[in-house]
Amino acid sequence: MAIRERLSGNEAVAYAIKQINPDVMPAFPITPSTEIPQYVANYIANGELDTEFIPVESEHSAMSATLGASAAGARALTATSSCGMALMWEELYVAASDRLPIALALVNRALTGPININADHSDSMGARDSGWIQIYAESNQEVYDNFLQAYPIAENKDVMLPIMICQDGFITSHGVENILLVEDELVKDFVGEYEPEHYLLHPTEKMAVGPYAVSNYYMETKRAQREAMLQAKRVILEVAEKFEKMTGRKYGFFEEYRMEDAEYAIVIIGSAAGTCKAAIDEIRNTTGKKVGLLKIRVFRPFPEEEIAKALSHVKAVAIMDRSEMFAGTGGPLGAEVRAALYQAKAQAEVVNYFYGLGGRDITVKDFMQVYDNLEKIATTHEVSGMYEYIGLRER
Amino acid sequence: MSKSVEIRWHGRGGQGAKTAALLLADVAFKTGKYVQGFPEYGPERMGAPITAYNRISDTPLTVHSNIYEPDYVVVVDETLLESIDVTAGLKQEGAIIINSERPKDALIPLLRGYQGEVYVINAREISMQTLGKNYPNSPMLAATVAVSGVMEKGAFLDEMQASFKHKFAKKPEVIEGNMKALELALDVVGK
Repeated sequence: MAIRERLSGNEAVAYAIKQINPDVMPAFPITPSTEIPQYVANYIANGELDTEFIPVESEHSAMSATLGASAAGARALTATSSCGMALMWEELYVAASDRLPIALALVNRALTGPININADHSDSMGARDSGWIQIYAESNQEVYDNFLQAYPIAENKDVMLPIMICQDGFITSHGVENILLVEDELVKDFVGEYEPEHYLLHPTEKMAVGPYAVSNYYMETKRAQREAMLQAKRVILEVAEKFEKMTGRKYGFFEEYRMEDAEYAIVIIGSAAGTCKAAIDEIRNTTGKKVGLLKIRVFRPFPEEEIAKALSHVKAVAIMDRSEMFAGTGGPLGAEVRAALYQAKAQAEVVNYFYGLGGRDITVKDFMQVYDNLEKIATTHEVSGMYEYIGLRER
Repeated sequence: MSKSVEIRWHGRGGQGAKTAALLLADVAFKTGKYVQGFPEYGPERMGAPITAYNRISDTPLTVHSNIYEPDYVVVVDETLLESIDVTAGLKQEGAIIINSERPKDALIPLLRGYQGEVYVINAREISMQTLGKNYPNSPMLAATVAVSGVMEKGAFLDEMQASFKHKFAKKPEVIEGNMKALELALDVVGK
């Protein structure tokens, strides 16, 4: 029987960490992720957890120490947000290229200028090319469930890649919601023990981690990382299936909400998907219009073929980005989904919206407006450009 | 028909409006509801206006936006009445609950034409009387439960007693005062 609880997203992640009992957690505090190491440190102080907690002097050191622990053969993790992750940038790439299955609890927050502490995906979207697996959550339940699946994905021998489990700053990290927790024993069996094939502290095997690679080797290393990402697609689904057997909760690359007969679809990542679902229910109940949602859970590896297939029958799609990349092609999700649709020769009209930057609220009414616009676009076949805004003050 | 209630809290940083919203989510959860309790963060400093929210429902909640058309508004600090439009979007069939020592008639002109029910509770006096200190959030929480009817008063008091026992395990002497604050608030808010 699942345990009925109410927790904030940060509490939920800390609880997952307690149940997994990893070996090492170096961390440096930054809003809004600070509570995660704080709760973990409490568990340790209370004798409920024997993870080695290393208070470090910066995020650069946090990820460096996590790398060191993982390379030595330990199950390691850290937590951060925003500028904290920016200070880890160098090490993010090192973790991925050294094939260290580190978990990162990322609480998404805007990057500075101007200073802003609220939900925005620019931190993880900026790191999308670093070679990490990225999994996003709509709710506290999902970020907890995703965290339990993190190590079985990352540590799979065909994958061996670091993984970031993302949630929206404040909206889920500090919001208390109902949640179903999995029993300790089940979690222990599900996550298992980490038994690395190769590691620095092996008594007989000598190895180097992170040496210089001349041009003769660098490109093959990158190709090998790409292969691991491809393998991760299979493993993510296998782990999700095992998780569903344990909990009854189904996960995939994305969730399709009322998409069976949808003519107008929104593609979105994170907590706003729940608000979009309420808009869909209201539109369908009051007008019967066929609207649906494709909520991206896995952004890296990017499931381009599956997304294109899921959108193959719709007339118009709005792809919604919660981060800016200042490209003529719009936002990162917009650019990638559009490329996937183009490759699949999809017929749908496409519009890319920026929304929710720096924590700007997005409401049920906003989503209803997006669906209205999609209906217009499907009739007129006129899209005003590569990107638009929702919820922006023009003056 | 399932029942869903939305509540918006207005207070100042450090007064416990966020804590009260989280406590309300907590007790409602314990009576079997689906709950959300979440703060809206601006610049973090003592005394700055803050807003916190509750959604309480018999069915699962998915909306993750702030609340713009609340059923109830709770004002923990009455000085906000002059600087913030606390009744913005408040449903006419809903109610506003204000912590004040002034009579209702003196506050109504500050509510920008709000036509719904107005409840005034002197949470400061109740807190001083029962706890010897000004902790307005416990009486405000009780008043909110009484006015909104999100749960039975008896169930509310039972859950709070259990939660205080846990929270104040190391200083049980304050439990009685806190319970008294809740009871007094439940008692006077309707009058």
